[in-house]
Amino acid sequence: MLTFMASDSDEEVCNERTSLMSAESPTPRSCQEGRQGLEDGENTAQWKTTFSFSFLISKSLPYITSSSCGAGTPWSSRCGFPQRSQDSEEDCEEDPDHYDCSAVPGRPPGLEEELTLKYGAKHVIMLFVPVTLCMIVVVATIKSVRFYTEKNGQLIYTPFTEDTPSVGQRLLNSVLNTLIMISVIVVMTIFLVVLYKYRCYKFIHGWLIMSSLMLLFLFTYIYLGEVLKTYNVAMDYPTLFLTVWNFGAVGMVCIHWKGPLVLQQAYLIMISALMALVFIKYLPEWSAWVILGAISVYDLVAVLCPKGPLRMLVETAQERNEPIFPALIYSSAMVWTVGMAKLDPSSQGALQLPYDPEMEEDSYDSFGEPSYPEVFEPHLPGYPGEELEEEEERGVKLGLGDFIFYSVLVGKAAATGSGDWNTTLACFVAILIGLCLTLLLLAVFKKALPALPISITFGLIFYFSTDNLVRPFMDTLASHQLYI
Amino acid sequence: MTAAVFFGCTFIAFGPALALYVFTIAIEPLRVIFLIAGKASEGLKSINPDESAPSMRLLAYVSGLGFGIMSGVFSFVNTLSDSLGPGIVGIHGDSPQFFLNSAFMTLVIILLHVFWGIIFFDACEKKKWYILLLVLLTHLLVSTQTFLSPHYGINLVSAYVIMVFMGIWAFFVAGGSCRSLKFCLLCQDKDFLLYHQRSR
Repeated sequence: MLTFMASDSDEEVCNERTSLMSAESPTPRSCQEGRQGLEDGENTAQWKTTFSFSFLISKSLPYITSSSCGAGTPWSSRCGFPQRSQDSEEDCEEDPDHYDCSAVPGRPPGLEEELTLKYGAKHVIMLFVPVTLCMIVVVATIKSVRFYTEKNGQLIYTPFTEDTPSVGQRLLNSVLNTLIMISVIVVMTIFLVVLYKYRCYKFIHGWLIMSSLMLLFLFTYIYLGEVLKTYNVAMDYPTLFLTVWNFGAVGMVCIHWKGPLVLQQAYLIMISALMALVFIKYLPEWSAWVILGAISVYDLVAVLCPKGPLRMLVETAQERNEPIFPALIYSSAMVWTVGMAKLDPSSQGALQLPYDPEMEEDSYDSFGEPSYPEVFEPHLPGYPGEELEEEEERGVKLGLGDFIFYSVLVGKAAATGSGDWNTTLACFVAILIGLCLTLLLLAVFKKALPALPISITFGLIFYFSTDNLVRPFMDTLASHQLYI
Repeated sequence: MTAAVFFGCTFIAFGPALALYVFTIAIEPLRVIFLIAGKASEGLKSINPDESAPSMRLLAYVSGLGFGIMSGVFSFVNTLSDSLGPGIVGIHGDSPQFFLNSAFMTLVIILLHVFWGIIFFDACEKKKWYILLLVLLTHLLVSTQTFLSPHYGINLVSAYVIMVFMGIWAFFVAGGSCRSLKFCLLCQDKDFLLYHQRSR
């Protein structure tokens, strides 16, 4: 049963996001379909979700990098400011997680490595917390609000139904659904890379704004409505309007402009959770598992293969010294930059300055607010004579797509089956272990890495083994109070 | 009543483990990662020169706690979620103290795992294989005892007795002594106070 629904508005090109993120940008269709108007009530909801889904697909790009020396260059081994001293650049390259970019030359190597480990460990923990929070929000919603476990149609990207009599047919349908979804994602990623290469920044930015709007207003409204229905709390429309308006407006400001780091992180977690809930609701069971597996493989290929679209994206962005949009990435640490050194006005005319103000896009000014105004003007020369403090704390960045797919896995584990908590917890632990291993690899390889494959693989293994082997066993033990 | 039972049992079973985690691990998670990465001795020396490489014991403690928490959670969390819902306990003639017994049993299992972890690691380090066997046998003993499930009294009491023995054994294995215990209780432990002052 196909649900109609307007394809999303333009597809979201995932530029930066796509680096390690699976660019799911199935959206182009939604735009047009959306304009065709809504059909009946049920279709409306699905239309909205598909619409936003497309937008959000682009948001669901998982990737992980550690911030490097230069502010605004999210990939390690790259210092963004040529004016920095050479040794600091080298140090940055060696220890991307190193706290201090300007390393002391006389420091013993053992200590360097130790500090690397120490700060790498710090980043592991800094990422555990938001990933855990996102998963907690999703699991809590799934367990309490029944709307997200009710089957209410499918997205247009998974047209084949799973209500078939035979197992073979069901398996075939889920594989076909996965193929369609993944091919949409691949097409969107390539489109995104093309757009990025041809510098259509305004288009991309507009797209991102539209998708954030959709998430922050529409999905929040739906979510709030369902939560209120579940707990039978009445809320009048003016209050609802005020609440949703405030939530959404502050979210837009925090994510796309300036705001306190913690608030920005909280909003990113919330929108990831909302998107994951949409996926959990609209992906049929078997398709969801196959899609999760396929997305990890795609992520691996797209980021690591030399011709992979995400890798090309990363390399293009590196060449241009441009950071990834902060709106699509969760950043664990504050980056204070604006390390714009004093520019020589005489040299501006001749050179295309690579370290433009947009490098500050990803950084915060000294008051801890992200400055993000110049990102779409890459050809602007640097502000002449501007000299600012340089300071940087490294952090690790994780794409929102990672949050989304981790939460989808754990949420699906919580939603399906017999409401077993052991399975949910096992998947949760598996994902955290995978994340830890990925961050370890990041510290070793020092380049952008896909964050999905290891975690999702562990998660899938743990889900199926726990659900089929451990659960019946533990149930019997617990009911007789036998402890092993 | 169901929410009260739920929260009560949760805190009985997981309270001590959570407290151990909050007070010993959450404040110094880097230490744990240091240990896992194997740079423990040099790293710790550089940070705190007075400490005499307790790294393996810390790892033993942390891994014991981890195993204990996972084991306790897996045994008990489904029972906990059932305790929230509507129902009557023991309607078919089972004991009405099902939840409480399960909670106490989970608690003792978690603590036992911590102690077993410490003793086990130490035995591995000192190559005393009979201790390994002993740990394994006590574990089997505690588990087999749970087969006496209708008779909760004996089950729980003996499990707690074993836990106390294991606790005392682990304390001495980890380097404690009656003297250090006395100092600790009377707040006269200068090393402890100095260490905590320095780390601020």
